[in-house]
Amino acid sequence: MTDKTVLNEAHRALGARMVDFGGWDMPLNYGSQIEEHHAVRRDAGMFDVSHMTVVDLKGERVREFLRHLLANNVDKLKKPGKALYTCMLNERGGVIDDLIVYFLAEDFFRVVVNAATREKDLKWITEQAKAFEVTVSERPEFAMIAVQGPTAREKALSVMDAATAEAAAALGKFAAAQGADLFVARTGYTGEDGFEIIVPAEQAAALWQKLLDAGVAPCGLGARDTLRLEAGMNLYGQDMDGDVTPWEANLGWTIAMDEGRDFIGRAALEKQKADGVPRRMVGVVMDDKGVLRHGQTVTTANGEGEILSGAFSPTLGKAIGFARIPAGEPGDVRVQIRNREFALRIVKYPFVRDGEPQPGI
Amino acid sequence: MSEIPGDLKFLKSHEWARVEDDGLVRVGISEHAQGLLGDLVYVELPEVGAHIDAGDGCAVVESVKAASDVYSPVSGEVVAVNETLNDAPETINEDAFGEGWIFQVKIDNKAELDDMLDPAAYAQMLEDEAH
Repeated sequence: MTDKTVLNEAHRALGARMVDFGGWDMPLNYGSQIEEHHAVRRDAGMFDVSHMTVVDLKGERVREFLRHLLANNVDKLKKPGKALYTCMLNERGGVIDDLIVYFLAEDFFRVVVNAATREKDLKWITEQAKAFEVTVSERPEFAMIAVQGPTAREKALSVMDAATAEAAAALGKFAAAQGADLFVARTGYTGEDGFEIIVPAEQAAALWQKLLDAGVAPCGLGARDTLRLEAGMNLYGQDMDGDVTPWEANLGWTIAMDEGRDFIGRAALEKQKADGVPRRMVGVVMDDKGVLRHGQTVTTANGEGEILSGAFSPTLGKAIGFARIPAGEPGDVRVQIRNREFALRIVKYPFVRDGEPQPGI
Repeated sequence: MSEIPGDLKFLKSHEWARVEDDGLVRVGISEHAQGLLGDLVYVELPEVGAHIDAGDGCAVVESVKAASDVYSPVSGEVVAVNETLNDAPETINEDAFGEGWIFQVKIDNKAELDDMLDPAAYAQMLEDEAH
């Protein structure tokens, strides 16, 4: 059984090529993935991300609960509306999921988790919440549209009611505001400015149409993947999973090792740090022609690794990716593609930021 | 669906072959195949002068989505490859049956072409797949 978002008919009417993604019938592209990618880098594009899961957490002790549940510290969230990117770990320090948590009130936080991990996330969060008397409610009555690109905010604001637009226009990065109907967050997964808009399902098709009329290009999951990779953002299931710690997925920056906070997975992370983290994730560029793909073998001075996310970068015109390799100085790094070997360059990422290739890429 | 030229023969795996006046056979992938693959970003061409057998994977087309082998419909010597594709792989997206050809073979045995699908049979196969 395949799930459909409320925008399914809108995608089909636009001639989308549809694909199964984690049990959801989603648009891969509406013609050309590369043109959609460029639309987001140069102007504005939108994505139906209604398959993602909105979960509301309520209770007197919800902040205390999230201090325990999440590897990043929700105490960084001081003003209502502020958002935080974090991992949720298992006891082994492996990543159950990565998510965004919004602070809405002292007794009300909202999290948005991945579609493919929905069931295990809900089960895990509900289990952990019991001891804190926090209620966990999924909100399937919402759809979600991400509007991204240098002109995305301006175009999205033009289709909102005056009060919502005023609140949304005032948002700083990584903050959200609740309008009359829309929940608008200045977040995204493309490396461009823009909004992620949570909208009541019955209003989603009308909002989508207004955005189309305002000149926002519909973009599929294909472009979403190349945009987020260029922006240096991890994809759950490809770059990390339950057997990978944040240290091994270059997500150390999201772990808050504050004094005395006993979050799930902390003991395992501390032990791994003390013993030495065995693997690391790096950004790679291939200057030869060809395409990096998930699962390709990488060789280094310290042994083998593999390509995690890999793709052709439309902005750079060559292949980029993430690789997980053994710790230590890697020496010459090479990738095997169909019985041939090609040199890789290890680079600091993001590969692209605000529409521009980064120095050294 | 765009018109399938009547002078082509097809493999079930979506390669086409066209016998040309000089007896050489030109090979590419179908309009349908390029649509399935999406924007092409890299084509690995065979070596000119190489001998290939029918059914060999002798080229690779890579799109933003996936890498896909191109199987030769015929046996023979590769006499030319479409160098345009090195810098403009999207030529296949734009004109799969024409400018987007991939390689040209001097054929060993013309009878191999008889095993291929004619345009009507190929169109029927696509139709059946869609349902």
